[in-house]
Amino acid sequence: MVDDFIIRAVLAGVGIALIAGPLGCFVVWRRMAYFGDSLAHSALLGIVLGLVTGLSSNLGIILVSGTFALLLLWLQQSRILATDTLLGILAHAALSIGMVTLSFVETQRFDLQSYLFGNILTVQNTDLYWIFGGGLIVLVLLIWNWSSLTLMTVHEDLARAEGVRIFWVNLVLVLLMTIVVAVSIRIVGILLITALLAIPAATARHWVRSPEAMAVLAVMLGMGAVFGGIYASAYLDTPTGPSIVTTAALLFALTVPAAVLVQKIRKR
Amino acid sequence: MSDLITAEAVSVVRDGEAVLRNVSLNIGSRDFLTVIGPNGGGKSMLLKCLMGFYEPDQGQVRRSADLKIGYVPQRLVPDPSIPITVLRFLKLRKKASAAALEAVTFETEIEASLSRPLSVLSGGELQRVLLARALLDAPNLLVLDEPAQNLDVVGQVAFYELLERVYADRKISVLMVSHDLHLVMSTTHQIICLSKEIRCSGTPASVAIDPAFTDVFGQDMAQLMSCYITHDHSMHPQHKGATHG
Repeated sequence: MVDDFIIRAVLAGVGIALIAGPLGCFVVWRRMAYFGDSLAHSALLGIVLGLVTGLSSNLGIILVSGTFALLLLWLQQSRILATDTLLGILAHAALSIGMVTLSFVETQRFDLQSYLFGNILTVQNTDLYWIFGGGLIVLVLLIWNWSSLTLMTVHEDLARAEGVRIFWVNLVLVLLMTIVVAVSIRIVGILLITALLAIPAATARHWVRSPEAMAVLAVMLGMGAVFGGIYASAYLDTPTGPSIVTTAALLFALTVPAAVLVQKIRKR
Repeated sequence: MSDLITAEAVSVVRDGEAVLRNVSLNIGSRDFLTVIGPNGGGKSMLLKCLMGFYEPDQGQVRRSADLKIGYVPQRLVPDPSIPITVLRFLKLRKKASAAALEAVTFETEIEASLSRPLSVLSGGELQRVLLARALLDAPNLLVLDEPAQNLDVVGQVAFYELLERVYADRKISVLMVSHDLHLVMSTTHQIICLSKEIRCSGTPASVAIDPAFTDVFGQDMAQLMSCYITHDHSMHPQHKGATHG
């Protein structure tokens, strides 16, 4: 008999892989890995906010990380500093403020480790509602804006000339990232969310010829990583997030050299 | 016939400095207008204002209701991290029919490239793909921002020949920014010389002898350019300048 918590964890993992695949493609294409990392760092403050106010931590993360994303978008537009520098300041400031605030309100039941690296034991039914509810919103908005996002990624001015409202589409993209960060924290943890976004998409890139195929393959690879990681976590008692990311990294390390080899042989 | 785009006394200020000053122009049906000028002269900004990317700080831009722009950007650097074929790229956000797609790919000679990844195309092929994309919606105005900037001379000549063909066959209007003076000046189309404000305009023959043209591009360039002018068979620019003067 499989334990309930494992079923919950697997369901959660499937939901997260479904949204992390397509969104991860944009992380790879638009070089948003550092942005995703910063967003996740700011989530700690959201968790603390949820703890202090008694609201759910998911809601706290969406509020704080959402504000963070908007602030970043605005600062980027005003071109005060290079985006890279801005992220370096904001990400670590947010993490530090989160930690300092936490030290004031820390309770015994708060397990920082499980927020940083994920823990399948912490997945509750309410988390599943968040993952599948939030995931549905993400998928619908992503499919809705898919062509505009892809065109904007290939050439921004071209998209603008053809009537894509760049600012709004950008806004949708960062808000979707916020939702993914909020719902994934229980499983992969703050420090590893970007890896779950970027690694499956980067692995998929070498096997596909269209943007859509890359998204689908990234979903499948993400699911493989989630299953492998949860299995290891449940039966070998390893930390969940790192187990998932290790599986994803193994898939990357095993398949990418093979793909490169296949391409070289074909060219001959 | 009414104008497609009319700009009236357009000025744009960025960071306290004028980028465009008091620019007025109109683009009518069948016009072929080339904007030339030094770097930082506001050429790209003018295009973007005319297309409506930015609102001018002063003056106004009017676009006719039936205006349909096909835009060919300065340069597309395809990112190999995005897997996309030429065909998929052409179809992104476009509702063109299969027949229209076939006609356009034939017109721009890119049939052989359709199934290839965008990231492996040569500069010349890429520019033709961008032109094809711009033509898919059957625009009445083509806007091109230095379309041949990254091509070698042979590629430049080929691209401008293709553009002339498209202009003649489709009976549309063209608005182009170009640095390729030697090619632009050998046509008979209208030219605007822009250096924050319109310094001179007219046919290549009249622009080349305009003192403002010499002022913007220098004496050497002005003399060189007058060699390219189509109906000038003399190789002595001073002589030619004198007859016109």
